[in-house]
Amino acid sequence: MVDPSWNKEGIKVTCQDPCNLVRKGLGDSVADDLRFVIKHVAGEENFVDMWPNKSNNYCCGGGGGYLQSGFVEKRRAFGRIKFDQIQATGADIVVTPCHNCRSQITDIGQVYGGKYQTVHLWSLIVKAMVRKSTATPG
Amino acid sequence: MSQPIVIGKRKSRFKELAQAAIPGGGNLDLCLTCSSCVNGCPASGISDMDPRKFLRMVLLGLDEEVLQTPWIWWCSMCQRCRRACPMGVDIGALVFMARQQWSRENTPKGIQKSCDLHLEFGNSTGIRREDWVSLCAELAEETRQQEEDWKDLPAPMDKKGAGYYLNQNAKEPTVEPEEMIPLWKILHEVGIDWTYSSEQWDAVNYCMFSGDDRDWEAVVRRQSEIVNDLGCKTLINTE
Repeated sequence: MVDPSWNKEGIKVTCQDPCNLVRKGLGDSVADDLRFVIKHVAGEENFVDMWPNKSNNYCCGGGGGYLQSGFVEKRRAFGRIKFDQIQATGADIVVTPCHNCRSQITDIGQVYGGKYQTVHLWSLIVKAMVRKSTATPG
Repeated sequence: MSQPIVIGKRKSRFKELAQAAIPGGGNLDLCLTCSSCVNGCPASGISDMDPRKFLRMVLLGLDEEVLQTPWIWWCSMCQRCRRACPMGVDIGALVFMARQQWSRENTPKGIQKSCDLHLEFGNSTGIRREDWVSLCAELAEETRQQEEDWKDLPAPMDKKGAGYYLNQNAKEPTVEPEEMIPLWKILHEVGIDWTYSSEQWDAVNYCMFSGDDRDWEAVVRRQSEIVNDLGCKTLINTE
């Protein structure tokens, strides 16, 4: 069971649709699942979507081997569009279900002066999880 | 302003190669030059190259330029161009094919190194087997001791017959091992019978990006053999 009441301050959350999972993988239905989970763990009113999103989402620039390629300047130039997209949501947290997205979105946030944090989906779920046995948040 | 393509000496070997390899009989000639690909591509304009221009160069048979531009490493092969294309031209596949033509020596060192480490150690950051096993055991033990509600938290390793096989992006144990614990908690809470393996447990595969199909296959094949040996029915890829 999950309980979004931990988010009393109304921390705003957006999410990155990983290209490999959504556009190149399972399509919009898995992107909808992702939003379903986030809304249940962070509060429906606290979710802000990027635009464009789901299968039309922009790649963050962390994929295709980019993070390891050594082309740091190019990678950050690529990520500028993603940074602007995140800033436009005003979100405090970006859920990054893919580790490469997490590394890249954290990096462009630091480089371009973003105030947001990135978080794995599973870490956010545990924040709201209530254990069956103890009924206390995880 | 984008510079025009300079047409030098022409060879069109790459175009033929690509058309033979791309599914659907090679759809490159279908390009309407509408620019939908360019407008939705974050790599457009990086060093005066974009998806349409790259495709035009292939179609014009400019093999030398096509096979030398490092732009194929600045494109992340995210396939947004393909999605935007009204004719379904697969520029991502074309970029991948260009990567395949690069020699191992010229492939960006970081990508090749991550692939090589994967082939040697079974994971892309080169963590040794005993370190991976003890890291997981220690993290689980610490959690059991320090968190009252999680005294029963397991982190199974090489558990034969577990229903689910879990892999893990090697960056997590390398740079933020504590971030694996929430995942274990969720699986435990919902009653999933799962296991890691002590070798070839990485969820990423940089050999997929270096352009060497044999290396790519070797990594996937080895992990699938391990999943089969353990008798797990489902592989959860966490990346």
